[in-house]
Amino acid sequence: MPGTETRQVVEIGYGGSERLVMNMGPQHPSAHGVFRAVLTLEGETVVALDAVIGYLHRCHEKLGETLTYVQYPSIASKTDYVAAMTSELAYVSAVEQLGKVEVPRRAQYLRVIAAELQRIASHCLWLGTWCMDIGGALGGGATVFLYCIREREMVLDLFEELTGARLLYGFHQVGGTRYDVPPGWDAKVRRTVDFIEGRLEEYEAMLEANAFFTARAQGVGVISRELAQELGLSGPLIRGSGVDFDLRRAAPYSSYQEFDFRVPVETAGDCFARYRVRMVEFRESITIVRQALDGLPEGPISSRPGVKSVGQVRAPKGEAYARVEGARGEVGCYLVSDGGPKPYRMKWRGASFSNLAVLPHIVPGHKIADVVAIMGSVDPVFGEVDR
Amino acid sequence: MSTTPAAATARIRDQFGVEATAEAATLTVAVPRERWLALARFARRELGCLYFNWLSAVDWKEQGFEVLCRVENLEAGLVLMMRTRLGAAETHCASVTPVWKGADWMERECYDMFGVVFEGHPDLRRILLSEDWEGHPLRKDYAPDTPHAPYR
Repeated sequence: MPGTETRQVVEIGYGGSERLVMNMGPQHPSAHGVFRAVLTLEGETVVALDAVIGYLHRCHEKLGETLTYVQYPSIASKTDYVAAMTSELAYVSAVEQLGKVEVPRRAQYLRVIAAELQRIASHCLWLGTWCMDIGGALGGGATVFLYCIREREMVLDLFEELTGARLLYGFHQVGGTRYDVPPGWDAKVRRTVDFIEGRLEEYEAMLEANAFFTARAQGVGVISRELAQELGLSGPLIRGSGVDFDLRRAAPYSSYQEFDFRVPVETAGDCFARYRVRMVEFRESITIVRQALDGLPEGPISSRPGVKSVGQVRAPKGEAYARVEGARGEVGCYLVSDGGPKPYRMKWRGASFSNLAVLPHIVPGHKIADVVAIMGSVDPVFGEVDR
Repeated sequence: MSTTPAAATARIRDQFGVEATAEAATLTVAVPRERWLALARFARRELGCLYFNWLSAVDWKEQGFEVLCRVENLEAGLVLMMRTRLGAAETHCASVTPVWKGADWMERECYDMFGVVFEGHPDLRRILLSEDWEGHPLRKDYAPDTPHAPYR
């Protein structure tokens, strides 16, 4: 028979109305970075969430003002280090827009191939880690993680062969790309995407037939269409909330208008909807990669001569905003030039920063365990949140 | 509700007496500081710009700060770049958080980096830097090698 003390603890813990403030993070495995959520709890239910970010702030924007247009692209990849290709692309696109630099068609196609392979790699990491967050112990949890990491490795191997680096590439440069495809790369890419395409069905079968998975994803963390727009969410988050907004379609860049692909939209707005959007995006990325390999034009890969000095690229006075559809949504770069070799002002519009801002709006009302499920479905990369 | 760039330009001219410059589907509108919030309300209610993209600032040294805000009407494909000059040595600007919730974190970041004080913001505190940080790093007079106390 339990003593009075035990009973009291139980009552205060569960039945009582006392509020408990709890720090989740800054070091928490499900944050996939350094993020602190200050949760106010009533029992196990979250009533308020205050997001504390900035632990990974490396003053990218100030750095952008001190580095030249030649130097910065390799730093750009460090904002979103999980999808480095797209952040590099955003920066060089902004410089190209500013300087009215033409990009050869072959380079545009190579950029598309790189961006789509990057999306596959990034979504692999997201799926694996998210499944582990919501229950490594559940059937399929840790298994999916290991499978996804294996597939991501295959894509990283391709990038390594293309650029010499596995994570931070320095592939893009103003006017084109730095590297052309090595011999035999084309066939390897095709084999890899074929393999991954076959594996996707396995993941879906493992997850969607799992009652625990659906229970933890369906109806959890619902984002309404209105909230998604008002907060400036983008990528799978906004498309999971019924808004058909994909920059590859809405404002095509880098020859995306020449490819045939679907933009998945789900209306439920919950974690499961975001999962479904990403699973379709995997396949669409694979389709785009195949189309781009089939139609890869011959010609130069850059419209500018090789870089000989760090001050070689100068942009005329003016400003430009270039944006690309990264794995997490709109990655934008706003540049103001005073005519010199460095920007006067550089601003990153990171998809993860805007996307993460949804947490205080949707988490209250959920249980603590759902916090990690929701956070994982948002797929933030803290390098891009904190910049 | 007509939201082609041309129609939007005409309506902005009627309402604010300023000329918007159009580049493809992007309209750029500069208004005096006093009309900032009014322009934001107008953009949302009349031009259907429900999508809040980003907000930031540029430090033009002696000429003071310029606040920029990019919002969109996704259905019509209209992009509105709103901008306002605060004036020399002026750091106060109206907050657009009553119009778009997304401005919350963006304005906090802008305050953190530039020291622009957004009046009407519900919770204006630093977001990326620590609470006890001195100065606002993206100001042009903030040298990158400004010393600061080491973390303990």
